[in-house]
Amino acid sequence: MDFNVNSVMLFALVAVIVLVVLGQSVYFLYKALKRAKQIGISKSVIKKTITSSATFTIAPAVSILVGVISLSVSLGIPLPWLRLSVVGSLSYETVAAGATLESMGLSTANQVLDPSVFVTVAFVMTIGIALGLFLVPILTKRIQKGMVKLEKRDKRWMEIFNSAMFLGMISAFLGFVFCDVTNLFRSSEWLALKGISRTSCLIPVFVMLTSAITMIILGLLSKKTKKRWITDYALPISLIIGMASAIPFTAWLA
Amino acid sequence: MKKQNLSYLDSVHKDGLVWGLALFALIFLFPIACCLIFWTLPNWEGLWKGLIAVAPMYWAVALVEVFTYVPMLGAGGAYLSFVTGNISNLKLPCALNAMEIANVKPTSEEGEIISTISIAVSSIVTTLIIIIGICLIVPLTPVLQSPALSVAFEQLLPALFGGLGIVFVSKNVKLAIFPIILMLVLFIAVPALDAGMVGIMVPVGVIFTLIVARIMYKKGLI
Repeated sequence: MDFNVNSVMLFALVAVIVLVVLGQSVYFLYKALKRAKQIGISKSVIKKTITSSATFTIAPAVSILVGVISLSVSLGIPLPWLRLSVVGSLSYETVAAGATLESMGLSTANQVLDPSVFVTVAFVMTIGIALGLFLVPILTKRIQKGMVKLEKRDKRWMEIFNSAMFLGMISAFLGFVFCDVTNLFRSSEWLALKGISRTSCLIPVFVMLTSAITMIILGLLSKKTKKRWITDYALPISLIIGMASAIPFTAWLA
Repeated sequence: MKKQNLSYLDSVHKDGLVWGLALFALIFLFPIACCLIFWTLPNWEGLWKGLIAVAPMYWAVALVEVFTYVPMLGAGGAYLSFVTGNISNLKLPCALNAMEIANVKPTSEEGEIISTISIAVSSIVTTLIIIIGICLIVPLTPVLQSPALSVAFEQLLPALFGGLGIVFVSKNVKLAIFPIILMLVLFIAVPALDAGMVGIMVPVGVIFTLIVARIMYKKGLI
């Protein structure tokens, strides 16, 4: 068959795999909903969980779609669609595709025309992410058992343990927001060489603050008006307002 | 109740194992099928060089990620998240938010169920949005790549962790101080730490916070 990065066969192949992955989510959702009913979790809590999760997902999912579009320049649509629907993340896939293409003297700026190059990139992307997929089914039960043991021994510590893990993750992302603030003190020559403005490093900081302040205001509003739905949608609203604030902040600081 | 509880979790583990290994085999179907359809073989030198460039680092990250994220995601959530990906920028914040709204503890069975429902819904919505986006790719591309929207999408993580962070930090101020200071110092002082390194810094943050938490707990500070 003649090779084309957007061949119908490739679309069909990816569609089948994506459907199976979708099947797994639907299966686990059904199972969890059934169990929720058995142990008496109220319908309103379930409904809230579903609607708030779906709303929250929209903006990050669209950003994943943007990733598919940017990778589709060199690799066509099917491969990025597959890679970003199963395990992948944009940062990883871009690096994997870029490194492999470069090793063959090509770049992500041009469409791949050689089927051998295409399967090479596909293999590298797949092997690179395969380990996590293999380890989780094997290790999850053991890790969870360890957690149950820990909880039996000391319930209070287990609660702190969980909060500590979440905070550890959150603190890494908060630190990352400030990763470029040293640009404020760089020489003008250095900034000109990099082609960035002195204050552009403050954009993520201001976006983060906008989102955090929005979250606080929504929390207070929900308490004052006694409207629970505000809390349910507070995170997606803060996320969108934060992202939208990037537009004026960038115009001002970049 | 206790027996039923065990049987639900056990069946989640059993299904997770079957689905997980089946999907592991399935993802290799794509490159292998491509070889057969186009009757070609990989460029072995390119494959080798590409793997050397990405595999050692990503395998190490994957190993650490399993131990970092599985306890936070719960069993059902872990089986789903590690298949559909985008854990730290989507699935885990989504599950955390859902458990917060439902007011359930992550360690309880209710927490396990709410987390699974939240991550399953999030995975389904993501998959559907990507499918719709691909069907409408021609009219959508100029909109999504417009300067205004690109700028907004670039700031997804600060916007996400600003909102999520304030909730969790304000609930655990004492526990949050040291990890936040450490991460600020590291990210500001070490130039090599940039956007690409944040995934690697998550386990560092988690381990450090656990140590601090243990010391504070033993000393009766929290």
